[in-house]
Amino acid sequence: MSSAHFRYVLRLGDNALVLGQRLSEWCGHSPFLEEDIAMANTALDHIGRARMLLSHAGAIEGDGRDEDALAYLRDEREFGNFLICELPNGDYAFTLVRQYLLDVYHQLLFEALSASADEELAAIAAKAVKEAAYHRRRSGDWVLRFGDGTDESQARAQAALDELWSYTGELFTPDSVDEAMQAAGIGPDLEQLGARWREIVEAHLAAATLSVPPADWQADGGREGLHTEHMGRLLAEMQFVQRAYPGLDW
Amino acid sequence: MDHQSHSAEQARFEAIIAAEEKIEPRDWMPEKYRRNLVRQISQHAHSEVVGQLPEGNWITRAPTLRRKATLLAKVQDEAGHGLYLYSAAETLGVSREQMVDDLLDGRAKYASIFNYPTLSWADVGAIGWLVDGAAIVNQISLCRTSYGPYARAMVRICKEESFHQRQGYEIMRTLAAGSAAQKAMAQDALNRWWWPTLMMFGPHDAESAHSQQSMQWKIKRQSNDELRQKFVDQTVEQARHIGLEIPDPALRWNEERGHYDFGEIDWDEFQRVLNGNGPCNRQRIGDRRAAHEQGAWVREAMLAHAEKQRRRAAGRAA
Repeated sequence: MSSAHFRYVLRLGDNALVLGQRLSEWCGHSPFLEEDIAMANTALDHIGRARMLLSHAGAIEGDGRDEDALAYLRDEREFGNFLICELPNGDYAFTLVRQYLLDVYHQLLFEALSASADEELAAIAAKAVKEAAYHRRRSGDWVLRFGDGTDESQARAQAALDELWSYTGELFTPDSVDEAMQAAGIGPDLEQLGARWREIVEAHLAAATLSVPPADWQADGGREGLHTEHMGRLLAEMQFVQRAYPGLDW
Repeated sequence: MDHQSHSAEQARFEAIIAAEEKIEPRDWMPEKYRRNLVRQISQHAHSEVVGQLPEGNWITRAPTLRRKATLLAKVQDEAGHGLYLYSAAETLGVSREQMVDDLLDGRAKYASIFNYPTLSWADVGAIGWLVDGAAIVNQISLCRTSYGPYARAMVRICKEESFHQRQGYEIMRTLAAGSAAQKAMAQDALNRWWWPTLMMFGPHDAESAHSQQSMQWKIKRQSNDELRQKFVDQTVEQARHIGLEIPDPALRWNEERGHYDFGEIDWDEFQRVLNGNGPCNRQRIGDRRAAHEQGAWVREAMLAHAEKQRRRAAGRAA
Protein backbone atom coordinates (compact mmCIF):
# COMPACT_ATOMS: atom_id res chain seq x y z
CA MET A 1 0.00 0.00 0.00
CA SER A 2 2.75 2.51 0.87
CA SER A 3 4.61 1.60 -2.31
CA ALA A 4 1.43 2.15 -4.36
CA HIS A 5 0.94 5.43 -2.49
CA PHE A 6 4.49 6.55 -3.33
CA ARG A 7 4.10 5.50 -6.95
CA TYR A 8 0.77 7.32 -7.23
CA VAL A 9 2.03 10.67 -5.93
CA LEU A 10 5.28 10.28 -7.89
CA ARG A 11 3.33 9.84 -11.12
CA LEU A 12 1.33 12.99 -10.44
CA GLY A 13 4.62 14.80 -9.86
CA ASP A 14 6.11 13.39 -13.06
CA ASN A 15 3.13 14.62 -15.11
CA ALA A 16 3.59 18.14 -13.74
CA LEU A 17 7.36 18.09 -14.21
CA VAL A 18 7.44 16.74 -17.75
CA LEU A 19 4.62 18.99 -18.98
CA GLY A 20 6.24 21.99 -17.27
CA GLN A 21 9.54 21.15 -18.96
CA ARG A 22 7.84 21.07 -22.37
CA LEU A 23 5.97 24.35 -21.76
CA SER A 24 9.17 26.08 -20.70
CA GLU A 25 10.67 25.36 -24.14
CA TRP A 26 8.36 28.06 -25.56
CA CYS A 27 10.05 30.75 -23.53
CA GLY A 28 11.02 33.60 -25.89
CA HIS A 29 9.60 31.79 -28.94
CA SER A 30 5.83 32.36 -28.61
CA PRO A 31 3.70 34.10 -31.27
CA PHE A 32 3.67 37.41 -29.33
CA LEU A 33 4.93 38.88 -26.10
CA GLU A 34 1.79 38.36 -24.00
CA GLU A 35 2.00 34.66 -24.89
CA ASP A 36 5.66 34.47 -23.85
CA ILE A 37 4.51 35.71 -20.45
CA ALA A 38 1.52 33.35 -20.28
CA MET A 39 3.63 30.34 -21.33
CA ALA A 40 6.35 31.06 -18.78
CA ASN A 41 3.68 31.54 -16.14
CA THR A 42 1.94 28.26 -16.94
CA ALA A 43 5.28 26.42 -17.04
CA LEU A 44 6.12 27.91 -13.66
CA ASP A 45 2.83 26.71 -12.14
CA HIS A 46 3.57 23.19 -13.36
CA ILE A 47 7.13 23.21 -12.02
CA GLY A 48 5.82 24.51 -8.68
CA ARG A 49 3.24 21.73 -8.61
CA ALA A 50 5.94 19.16 -9.47
CA ARG A 51 8.11 20.35 -6.59
CA MET A 52 5.31 19.91 -4.05
CA LEU A 53 4.26 16.51 -5.38
CA LEU A 54 7.78 15.10 -5.70
CA SER A 55 8.72 16.31 -2.19
CA HIS A 56 5.61 14.64 -0.85
CA ALA A 57 6.39 11.43 -2.79
CA GLY A 58 9.89 11.45 -1.30
CA ALA A 59 8.44 11.81 2.19
CA ILE A 60 6.05 8.87 1.62
CA GLU A 61 8.92 6.73 0.35
CA GLY A 62 11.00 7.58 3.41
CA ASP A 63 14.40 6.89 1.83
CA GLY A 64 15.60 10.50 2.01
CA ARG A 65 15.06 11.33 -1.66
CA ASP A 66 14.07 14.97 -2.12
CA GLU A 67 12.43 16.69 -5.13
CA ASP A 68 15.75 17.01 -6.96
CA ALA A 69 16.84 13.41 -6.36
CA LEU A 70 13.53 12.30 -7.85
CA ALA A 71 13.59 14.75 -10.77
CA TYR A 72 17.24 14.47 -11.75
CA LEU A 73 18.52 11.08 -10.67
CA ARG A 74 15.93 8.66 -11.98
CA ASP A 75 16.15 7.02 -15.40
CA GLU A 76 13.49 6.95 -18.05
CA ARG A 77 12.01 3.59 -17.00
CA GLU A 78 11.34 4.95 -13.51
CA PHE A 79 9.28 7.94 -14.72
CA GLY A 80 5.54 7.38 -14.54
CA ASN A 81 4.10 10.34 -16.44
CA PHE A 82 1.47 9.95 -19.13
CA LEU A 83 2.90 9.82 -22.64
CA ILE A 84 0.86 12.86 -23.70
CA CYS A 85 2.97 15.09 -21.43
CA GLU A 86 6.27 14.17 -23.06
CA LEU A 87 5.26 14.56 -26.72
CA PRO A 88 7.25 17.35 -28.40
CA ASN A 89 5.46 20.72 -28.49
CA GLY A 90 4.69 20.75 -32.20
CA ASP A 91 3.02 23.98 -33.35
CA TYR A 92 1.08 26.36 -31.12
CA ALA A 93 -2.15 24.48 -31.83
CA PHE A 94 -0.63 21.18 -30.70
CA THR A 95 0.73 22.72 -27.50
CA LEU A 96 -2.55 24.43 -26.60
CA VAL A 97 -4.92 21.63 -27.57
CA ARG A 98 -2.81 19.29 -25.42
CA GLN A 99 -2.88 21.86 -22.66
CA TYR A 100 -6.66 22.13 -22.87
CA LEU A 101 -7.18 18.34 -22.71
CA LEU A 102 -4.86 18.14 -19.69
CA ASP A 103 -6.16 21.28 -17.98
CA VAL A 104 -9.70 19.86 -17.92
CA TYR A 105 -8.30 16.57 -16.63
CA HIS A 106 -6.25 18.32 -13.94
CA GLN A 107 -9.13 20.51 -12.85
CA LEU A 108 -11.38 17.47 -12.34
CA LEU A 109 -8.58 15.41 -10.80
CA PHE A 110 -7.48 18.05 -8.29
CA GLU A 111 -11.07 18.86 -7.41
CA ALA A 112 -11.48 15.20 -6.45
CA LEU A 113 -8.07 15.01 -4.74
CA SER A 114 -8.79 18.01 -2.54
CA ALA A 115 -10.99 15.56 -0.58
CA SER A 116 -8.23 12.88 -0.53
CA ALA A 117 -7.57 10.84 2.63
CA ASP A 118 -3.93 11.90 2.14
CA GLU A 119 -4.12 15.32 3.78
CA GLU A 120 -0.89 16.61 2.31
CA LEU A 121 -2.03 15.61 -1.16
CA ALA A 122 -5.42 17.24 -0.49
CA ALA A 123 -3.67 20.50 0.41
CA ILE A 124 -1.53 20.42 -2.75
CA ALA A 125 -4.63 19.64 -4.81
CA ALA A 126 -6.55 22.55 -3.29
CA LYS A 127 -3.87 24.93 -4.58
CA ALA A 128 -3.46 23.18 -7.93
CA VAL A 129 -7.17 23.19 -8.69
CA LYS A 130 -7.22 27.01 -8.73
CA GLU A 131 -4.31 27.11 -11.16
CA ALA A 132 -5.85 24.41 -13.34
CA ALA A 133 -9.07 26.46 -13.54
CA TYR A 134 -7.31 29.51 -14.97
CA HIS A 135 -5.07 27.40 -17.19
CA ARG A 136 -8.21 25.82 -18.59
CA ARG A 137 -9.85 29.21 -19.21
CA ARG A 138 -6.82 30.26 -21.26
CA SER A 139 -6.27 27.02 -23.19
CA GLY A 140 -10.03 26.68 -23.73
CA ASP A 141 -10.13 30.19 -25.22
CA TRP A 142 -7.31 29.28 -27.59
CA VAL A 143 -9.11 26.10 -28.67
CA LEU A 144 -12.15 28.25 -29.54
CA ARG A 145 -10.03 30.80 -31.41
CA PHE A 146 -8.22 28.12 -33.39
CA GLY A 147 -11.31 26.04 -34.16
CA ASP A 148 -13.50 29.03 -34.94
CA GLY A 149 -10.74 31.25 -36.39
CA THR A 150 -9.27 30.84 -39.88
CA ASP A 151 -9.25 27.78 -42.14
CA GLU A 152 -5.58 27.30 -41.34
CA SER A 153 -6.01 27.48 -37.58
CA GLN A 154 -8.99 25.12 -37.78
CA ALA A 155 -6.98 22.59 -39.78
CA ARG A 156 -4.03 22.83 -37.41
CA ALA A 157 -6.21 22.41 -34.32
CA GLN A 158 -8.03 19.44 -35.83
CA ALA A 159 -4.73 17.78 -36.82
CA ALA A 160 -3.42 18.30 -33.29
CA LEU A 161 -6.58 16.87 -31.79
CA ASP A 162 -6.50 13.83 -34.11
CA GLU A 163 -2.98 13.01 -32.97
CA LEU A 164 -3.49 13.79 -29.29
CA TRP A 165 -6.74 11.90 -28.91
CA SER A 166 -4.91 8.57 -28.95
CA TYR A 167 -2.96 9.66 -25.89
CA THR A 168 -6.00 10.44 -23.72
CA GLY A 169 -7.18 6.89 -23.01
CA GLU A 170 -4.30 6.37 -20.59
CA LEU A 171 -5.64 9.15 -18.36
CA PHE A 172 -8.82 7.26 -17.49
CA THR A 173 -7.87 3.57 -17.52
CA PRO A 174 -7.16 2.58 -13.92
CA ASP A 175 -4.21 0.29 -13.24
CA SER A 176 -3.47 -1.53 -9.97
CA VAL A 177 -2.00 1.60 -8.36
CA ASP A 178 -5.07 3.68 -9.23
CA GLU A 179 -7.34 0.92 -7.92
CA ALA A 180 -5.46 0.65 -4.64
CA MET A 181 -5.58 4.43 -4.21
CA GLN A 182 -9.28 4.59 -4.92
CA ALA A 183 -9.91 1.78 -2.41
CA ALA A 184 -7.88 3.70 0.21
CA GLY A 185 -9.84 6.92 -0.37
CA ILE A 186 -6.68 8.65 -1.65
CA GLY A 187 -7.42 8.69 -5.38
CA PRO A 188 -10.64 9.30 -7.33
CA ASP A 189 -12.88 7.03 -9.37
CA LEU A 190 -11.17 7.40 -12.75
CA GLU A 191 -14.03 6.04 -14.81
CA GLN A 192 -16.41 8.59 -13.37
CA LEU A 193 -13.81 11.31 -13.88
CA GLY A 194 -13.32 10.18 -17.48
CA ALA A 195 -17.05 10.37 -18.22
CA ARG A 196 -17.20 13.92 -16.85
CA TRP A 197 -14.06 14.87 -18.84
CA ARG A 198 -15.56 13.58 -22.08
CA GLU A 199 -18.75 15.52 -21.50
CA ILE A 200 -16.92 18.82 -20.93
CA VAL A 201 -14.34 18.33 -23.68
CA GLU A 202 -16.81 17.20 -26.32
CA ALA A 203 -19.12 20.17 -25.69
CA HIS A 204 -16.19 22.57 -25.95
CA LEU A 205 -14.81 20.96 -29.10
CA ALA A 206 -18.27 21.22 -30.69
CA ALA A 207 -18.39 24.93 -29.82
CA ALA A 208 -14.97 25.26 -31.47
CA THR A 209 -16.26 23.45 -34.59
CA LEU A 210 -13.75 20.64 -34.04
CA SER A 211 -14.73 16.98 -34.38
CA VAL A 212 -14.02 14.31 -31.85
CA PRO A 213 -11.65 11.84 -33.51
CA PRO A 214 -12.55 8.14 -33.73
CA ALA A 215 -11.43 6.12 -30.72
CA ASP A 216 -9.18 3.66 -32.55
CA TRP A 217 -5.59 3.15 -31.39
CA GLN A 218 -4.82 4.21 -27.83
CA ALA A 219 -1.28 4.61 -26.55
CA ASP A 220 -0.45 3.24 -23.12
CA GLY A 221 2.54 2.51 -20.91
CA GLY A 222 3.69 5.82 -19.41
CA ARG A 223 2.70 4.81 -15.89
CA GLU A 224 4.85 1.65 -16.14
CA GLY A 225 7.80 3.61 -17.49
CA LEU A 226 7.34 2.51 -21.10
CA HIS A 227 7.80 5.88 -22.78
CA THR A 228 8.00 7.29 -26.29
CA GLU A 229 11.39 7.80 -27.89
CA HIS A 230 11.09 11.51 -27.09
CA MET A 231 11.39 10.96 -23.34
CA GLY A 232 15.07 10.00 -23.26
CA ARG A 233 16.08 13.24 -24.93
CA LEU A 234 13.87 15.32 -22.67
CA LEU A 235 15.53 13.76 -19.62
CA ALA A 236 19.05 13.99 -21.08
CA GLU A 237 18.57 17.72 -21.43
CA MET A 238 16.84 18.25 -18.10
CA GLN A 239 19.25 16.12 -16.06
CA PHE A 240 22.50 17.04 -17.77
CA VAL A 241 24.08 19.26 -15.10
CA GLN A 242 23.25 16.96 -12.18
CA ARG A 243 24.52 13.91 -14.07
CA ALA A 244 27.72 15.56 -15.32
CA TYR A 245 28.65 16.95 -11.86
CA PRO A 246 27.14 14.54 -9.35
CA GLY A 247 26.59 15.24 -5.67
CA LEU A 248 27.04 19.02 -5.63
CA ASP A 249 24.99 21.97 -4.40
CA TRP A 250 23.76 24.40 -7.02
CA MET B 1 0.95 76.65 -35.32
CA ASP B 2 2.24 80.23 -35.59
CA HIS B 3 5.73 81.10 -34.54
CA GLN B 4 4.72 82.88 -31.35
CA SER B 5 2.62 80.08 -29.84
CA HIS B 6 5.26 77.56 -30.89
CA SER B 7 7.89 79.38 -28.90
CA ALA B 8 5.47 79.71 -25.96
CA GLU B 9 5.11 75.90 -26.04
CA GLN B 10 8.86 75.53 -26.27
CA ALA B 11 9.35 77.83 -23.26
CA ARG B 12 6.80 75.88 -21.25
CA PHE B 13 8.54 72.60 -22.16
CA GLU B 14 11.90 73.98 -21.09
CA ALA B 15 10.44 75.29 -17.85
CA ILE B 16 9.08 71.84 -16.98
CA ILE B 17 12.49 70.29 -17.63
CA ALA B 18 14.28 72.99 -15.61
CA ALA B 19 11.89 72.52 -12.67
CA GLU B 20 12.62 68.75 -12.62
CA GLU B 21 8.98 68.04 -13.35
CA LYS B 22 7.78 65.38 -15.79
CA ILE B 23 6.76 65.77 -19.41
CA GLU B 24 3.52 63.84 -19.93
CA PRO B 25 2.11 62.31 -23.15
CA ARG B 26 -0.33 65.21 -23.80
CA ASP B 27 2.30 67.91 -23.27
CA TRP B 28 3.89 69.61 -26.23
CA MET B 29 7.43 68.38 -26.87
CA PRO B 30 10.05 69.03 -29.56
CA GLU B 31 9.92 66.43 -32.31
CA LYS B 32 13.55 65.50 -31.67
CA TYR B 33 12.84 64.91 -27.97
CA ARG B 34 9.99 62.58 -28.97
CA ARG B 35 12.11 60.72 -31.51
CA ASN B 36 15.02 60.40 -29.13
CA LEU B 37 12.72 58.89 -26.49
CA VAL B 38 11.07 56.49 -28.93
CA ARG B 39 14.52 55.28 -29.95
CA GLN B 40 15.71 54.83 -26.38
CA ILE B 41 12.54 53.30 -24.89
CA SER B 42 11.91 50.93 -27.79
CA GLN B 43 15.56 49.85 -27.74
CA HIS B 44 15.17 49.17 -24.04
CA ALA B 45 11.95 47.17 -24.68
CA HIS B 46 13.62 45.13 -27.43
CA SER B 47 16.50 44.37 -25.05
CA GLU B 48 14.09 42.86 -22.55
CA VAL B 49 12.47 40.76 -25.26
CA VAL B 50 15.69 39.52 -26.87
CA GLY B 51 17.13 39.09 -23.37
CA GLN B 52 14.71 36.19 -22.82
CA LEU B 53 16.74 34.09 -25.24
CA PRO B 54 20.19 33.69 -23.65
CA GLU B 55 18.72 32.90 -20.24
CA GLY B 56 15.90 30.85 -21.73
CA ASN B 57 18.67 28.69 -23.15
CA TRP B 58 19.21 27.29 -19.63
CA ILE B 59 15.64 26.93 -18.33
CA THR B 60 15.36 23.36 -19.58
CA ARG B 61 18.79 22.52 -18.09
CA ALA B 62 18.60 24.35 -14.75
CA PRO B 63 20.38 22.14 -12.18
CA THR B 64 17.64 22.07 -9.53
CA LEU B 65 13.88 22.56 -9.59
CA ARG B 66 14.21 25.64 -7.38
CA ARG B 67 16.66 27.19 -9.85
CA LYS B 68 14.40 26.25 -12.75
CA ALA B 69 11.40 27.93 -11.12
CA THR B 70 13.38 31.06 -10.24
CA LEU B 71 14.78 31.35 -13.75
CA LEU B 72 11.35 30.91 -15.32
CA ALA B 73 9.97 33.61 -13.05
CA LYS B 74 12.86 35.87 -13.98
CA VAL B 75 12.46 35.43 -17.71
CA GLN B 76 8.74 36.02 -17.30
CA ASP B 77 9.55 39.30 -15.50
CA GLU B 78 11.80 40.36 -18.39
CA ALA B 79 9.00 39.80 -20.89
CA GLY B 80 6.73 41.83 -18.59
CA HIS B 81 9.28 44.67 -18.60
CA GLY B 82 9.22 44.55 -22.39
CA LEU B 83 5.47 44.98 -22.23
CA TYR B 84 5.52 48.07 -19.92
CA LEU B 85 8.24 49.64 -22.01
CA TYR B 86 6.39 49.11 -25.29
CA SER B 87 3.37 50.70 -23.61
CA ALA B 88 5.49 53.66 -22.47
CA ALA B 89 6.77 54.09 -26.05
CA GLU B 90 3.23 53.84 -27.43
CA THR B 91 2.31 56.99 -25.47
CA LEU B 92 4.65 58.78 -27.90
CA GLY B 93 2.52 57.81 -30.90
CA VAL B 94 4.37 54.76 -32.21
CA SER B 95 2.64 51.37 -32.44
CA ARG B 96 4.01 48.12 -31.06
CA GLU B 97 3.74 46.56 -34.56
CA GLN B 98 5.97 49.29 -35.94
CA MET B 99 8.52 48.82 -33.17
CA VAL B 100 8.56 45.03 -33.59
CA ASP B 101 8.98 45.41 -37.35
CA ASP B 102 11.88 47.80 -36.77
CA LEU B 103 13.55 45.22 -34.55
CA LEU B 104 13.03 42.31 -36.94
CA ASP B 105 14.17 44.32 -39.96
CA GLY B 106 17.31 45.43 -38.17
CA ARG B 107 16.41 49.15 -38.05
CA ALA B 108 16.15 49.18 -34.23
CA LYS B 109 18.86 48.02 -31.86
CA TYR B 110 18.77 46.09 -28.61
CA ALA B 111 21.44 45.69 -25.92
CA SER B 112 24.52 44.16 -27.56
CA ILE B 113 25.21 42.11 -24.45
CA PHE B 114 22.57 39.61 -25.56
CA ASN B 115 24.65 38.80 -28.63
CA TYR B 116 26.97 36.72 -26.47
CA PRO B 117 26.21 33.02 -25.88
CA THR B 118 25.31 31.37 -22.55
CA LEU B 119 27.69 28.41 -22.44
CA SER B 120 27.33 27.07 -18.91
CA TRP B 121 24.97 27.26 -15.96
CA ALA B 122 27.30 29.86 -14.43
CA ASP B 123 26.40 32.22 -17.28
CA VAL B 124 22.90 32.45 -15.83
CA GLY B 125 24.47 33.61 -12.57
CA ALA B 126 26.80 36.00 -14.41
CA ILE B 127 23.95 37.58 -16.36
CA GLY B 128 21.92 38.16 -13.20
CA TRP B 129 24.85 39.52 -11.24
CA LEU B 130 26.65 41.55 -13.91
CA VAL B 131 24.18 42.33 -16.68
CA ASP B 132 21.23 43.03 -14.39
CA GLY B 133 23.63 44.79 -12.02
CA ALA B 134 24.74 47.11 -14.84
CA ALA B 135 21.15 47.58 -15.99
CA ILE B 136 20.15 48.68 -12.47
CA VAL B 137 22.93 51.28 -12.25
CA ASN B 138 21.63 52.71 -15.51
CA GLN B 139 17.96 52.39 -14.64
CA ILE B 140 18.18 53.90 -11.16
CA SER B 141 19.48 56.96 -12.89
CA LEU B 142 16.59 56.75 -15.38
CA CYS B 143 13.97 56.77 -12.60
CA ARG B 144 14.61 60.56 -12.69
CA THR B 145 14.27 60.83 -16.47
CA SER B 146 12.15 63.75 -17.70
CA TYR B 147 9.47 61.74 -19.53
CA GLY B 148 6.82 60.64 -16.99
CA PRO B 149 5.72 57.26 -18.40
CA TYR B 150 9.36 56.17 -18.87
CA ALA B 151 10.35 57.26 -15.35
CA ARG B 152 7.41 55.39 -13.83
CA ALA B 153 8.16 52.23 -15.84
CA MET B 154 11.75 52.42 -14.56
CA VAL B 155 10.71 52.62 -10.92
CA ARG B 156 8.73 49.42 -11.28
CA ILE B 157 11.40 47.65 -13.31
CA CYS B 158 14.21 48.57 -10.90
CA LYS B 159 12.47 46.80 -8.03
CA GLU B 160 12.33 43.54 -9.96
CA GLU B 161 15.82 43.90 -11.41
CA SER B 162 17.41 44.25 -8.00
CA PHE B 163 15.77 40.98 -7.03
CA HIS B 164 17.23 39.35 -10.18
CA GLN B 165 20.65 40.76 -9.45
CA ARG B 166 20.66 39.23 -5.97
CA GLN B 167 19.58 35.86 -7.38
CA GLY B 168 22.37 35.96 -9.97
CA TYR B 169 24.95 36.84 -7.35
CA GLU B 170 23.67 34.03 -5.16
CA ILE B 171 24.18 31.53 -8.02
CA MET B 172 27.75 32.79 -8.45
CA ARG B 173 28.43 32.65 -4.71
CA THR B 174 27.17 29.06 -4.54
CA LEU B 175 29.37 28.03 -7.46
CA ALA B 176 32.42 29.90 -6.16
CA ALA B 177 32.06 28.07 -2.82
CA GLY B 178 31.54 24.70 -4.53
CA SER B 179 33.80 22.13 -6.17
CA ALA B 180 36.86 23.07 -8.23
CA ALA B 181 34.85 22.47 -11.41
CA GLN B 182 32.05 24.75 -10.20
CA LYS B 183 34.45 27.49 -9.20
CA ALA B 184 36.18 27.27 -12.59
CA MET B 185 32.78 27.49 -14.26
CA ALA B 186 32.00 30.67 -12.30
CA GLN B 187 35.38 32.24 -13.04
CA ASP B 188 35.08 31.40 -16.74
CA ALA B 189 31.65 33.04 -16.87
CA LEU B 190 33.00 36.17 -15.15
CA ASN B 191 35.92 36.25 -17.61
CA ARG B 192 33.60 36.12 -20.60
CA TRP B 193 30.89 38.51 -19.33
CA TRP B 194 32.99 41.19 -17.64
CA TRP B 195 34.09 43.24 -20.65
CA PRO B 196 30.83 42.99 -22.59
CA THR B 197 29.07 44.19 -19.41
CA LEU B 198 31.30 47.28 -19.22
CA MET B 199 30.42 47.94 -22.86
CA MET B 200 26.73 48.12 -21.90
CA PHE B 201 27.28 51.68 -20.65
CA GLY B 202 28.12 52.78 -24.18
CA PRO B 203 31.01 54.76 -25.67
CA HIS B 204 33.13 57.22 -23.69
CA ASP B 205 31.25 60.47 -23.03
CA ALA B 206 33.28 62.33 -25.67
CA GLU B 207 32.24 59.84 -28.37
CA SER B 208 28.62 59.27 -27.42
CA ALA B 209 26.35 60.30 -30.31
CA HIS B 210 23.12 60.97 -28.40
CA SER B 211 24.46 61.82 -24.96
CA GLN B 212 24.77 65.58 -24.93
CA GLN B 213 21.27 66.40 -26.16
CA SER B 214 19.79 63.66 -23.94
CA MET B 215 21.51 65.14 -20.88
CA GLN B 216 20.17 68.64 -21.71
CA TRP B 217 16.66 67.28 -21.96
CA LYS B 218 17.21 65.24 -18.81
CA ILE B 219 16.26 62.06 -20.63
CA LYS B 220 19.66 60.85 -19.50
CA ARG B 221 20.75 61.94 -16.01
CA GLN B 222 24.33 60.69 -15.66
CA SER B 223 27.00 60.15 -18.28
CA ASN B 224 28.12 56.77 -19.64
CA ASP B 225 31.52 57.01 -17.96
CA GLU B 226 30.07 58.04 -14.57
CA LEU B 227 27.66 55.12 -14.60
CA ARG B 228 30.34 52.66 -15.72
CA GLN B 229 32.63 53.80 -12.89
CA LYS B 230 29.85 53.37 -10.37
CA PHE B 231 29.26 49.81 -11.61
CA VAL B 232 32.96 48.89 -11.48
CA ASP B 233 33.34 50.27 -7.95
CA GLN B 234 30.47 48.22 -6.56
CA THR B 235 31.16 45.03 -8.51
CA VAL B 236 34.88 44.70 -7.72
CA GLU B 237 34.02 44.41 -4.04
CA GLN B 238 31.31 41.84 -4.72
CA ALA B 239 33.71 39.67 -6.76
CA ARG B 240 36.32 39.82 -4.04
CA HIS B 241 33.77 38.83 -1.41
CA ILE B 242 33.08 35.50 -3.15
CA GLY B 243 36.68 34.85 -4.17
CA LEU B 244 36.43 35.49 -7.92
CA GLU B 245 38.89 37.57 -9.86
CA ILE B 246 37.94 40.40 -12.24
CA PRO B 247 39.76 39.70 -15.54
CA ASP B 248 41.55 43.05 -15.76
CA PRO B 249 45.28 43.34 -14.93
CA ALA B 250 44.97 47.15 -14.90
CA LEU B 251 42.35 47.14 -12.16
CA ARG B 252 43.53 48.97 -9.01
CA TRP B 253 42.18 51.26 -6.32
CA ASN B 254 43.00 54.91 -6.93
CA GLU B 255 43.19 56.60 -3.55
CA GLU B 256 43.24 60.07 -5.03
CA ARG B 257 40.12 59.63 -7.17
CA GLY B 258 38.38 57.44 -4.60
CA HIS B 259 37.52 55.01 -7.41
CA TYR B 260 38.92 51.93 -9.10
CA ASP B 261 41.02 52.53 -12.21
CA PHE B 262 40.38 49.93 -14.87
CA GLY B 263 41.68 48.88 -18.28
CA GLU B 264 40.50 50.10 -21.67
CA ILE B 265 37.54 48.42 -23.32
CA ASP B 266 38.16 46.77 -26.68
CA TRP B 267 36.22 49.33 -28.73
CA ASP B 268 36.72 47.35 -31.94
CA GLU B 269 34.80 44.50 -30.41
CA PHE B 270 32.16 46.95 -29.19
CA GLN B 271 31.68 48.31 -32.74
CA ARG B 272 31.75 44.85 -34.28
CA VAL B 273 28.95 43.51 -32.08
CA LEU B 274 26.97 46.76 -32.37
CA ASN B 275 27.18 46.51 -36.15
CA GLY B 276 25.68 43.04 -36.15
CA ASN B 277 28.77 40.85 -36.11
CA GLY B 278 28.87 39.48 -32.57
CA PRO B 279 28.76 35.74 -31.88
CA CYS B 280 24.95 35.54 -31.66
CA ASN B 281 23.50 38.58 -33.51
CA ARG B 282 22.22 36.47 -36.40
CA GLN B 283 20.92 33.74 -34.13
CA ARG B 284 19.03 36.12 -31.82
CA ILE B 285 17.29 38.02 -34.60
CA GLY B 286 16.73 34.75 -36.47
CA ASP B 287 14.98 33.32 -33.41
CA ARG B 288 12.80 36.39 -32.97
CA ARG B 289 11.89 36.43 -36.66
CA ALA B 290 11.06 32.72 -36.62
CA ALA B 291 8.82 33.21 -33.56
CA HIS B 292 7.08 36.12 -35.28
CA GLU B 293 6.65 34.38 -38.62
CA GLN B 294 5.58 31.05 -37.15
CA GLY B 295 3.14 32.94 -34.94
CA ALA B 296 1.49 34.78 -37.85
CA TRP B 297 -1.31 32.23 -38.25
CA VAL B 298 -1.95 32.36 -34.48
CA ARG B 299 -2.38 36.14 -34.53
CA GLU B 300 -4.58 35.89 -37.63
CA ALA B 301 -6.78 33.25 -35.97
CA MET B 302 -7.17 35.44 -32.92
CA LEU B 303 -8.29 38.43 -35.01
CA ALA B 304 -10.57 36.31 -37.19
CA HIS B 305 -12.25 34.81 -34.14
CA ALA B 306 -12.70 38.22 -32.49
CA GLU B 307 -14.25 39.53 -35.72
CA LYS B 308 -16.66 36.58 -35.90
CA GLN B 309 -17.65 37.18 -32.29
CA ARG B 310 -18.20 40.87 -32.96
CA ARG B 311 -20.41 40.15 -35.96
CA ARG B 312 -22.41 37.57 -34.02
CA ALA B 313 -22.95 40.04 -31.18
CA ALA B 314 -24.00 42.73 -33.68
CA GLY B 315 -26.37 40.21 -35.31
CA ARG B 316 -27.97 39.44 -31.95
CA ALA B 317 -28.35 43.14 -31.10
CA ALA B 318 -30.01 43.91 -34.46
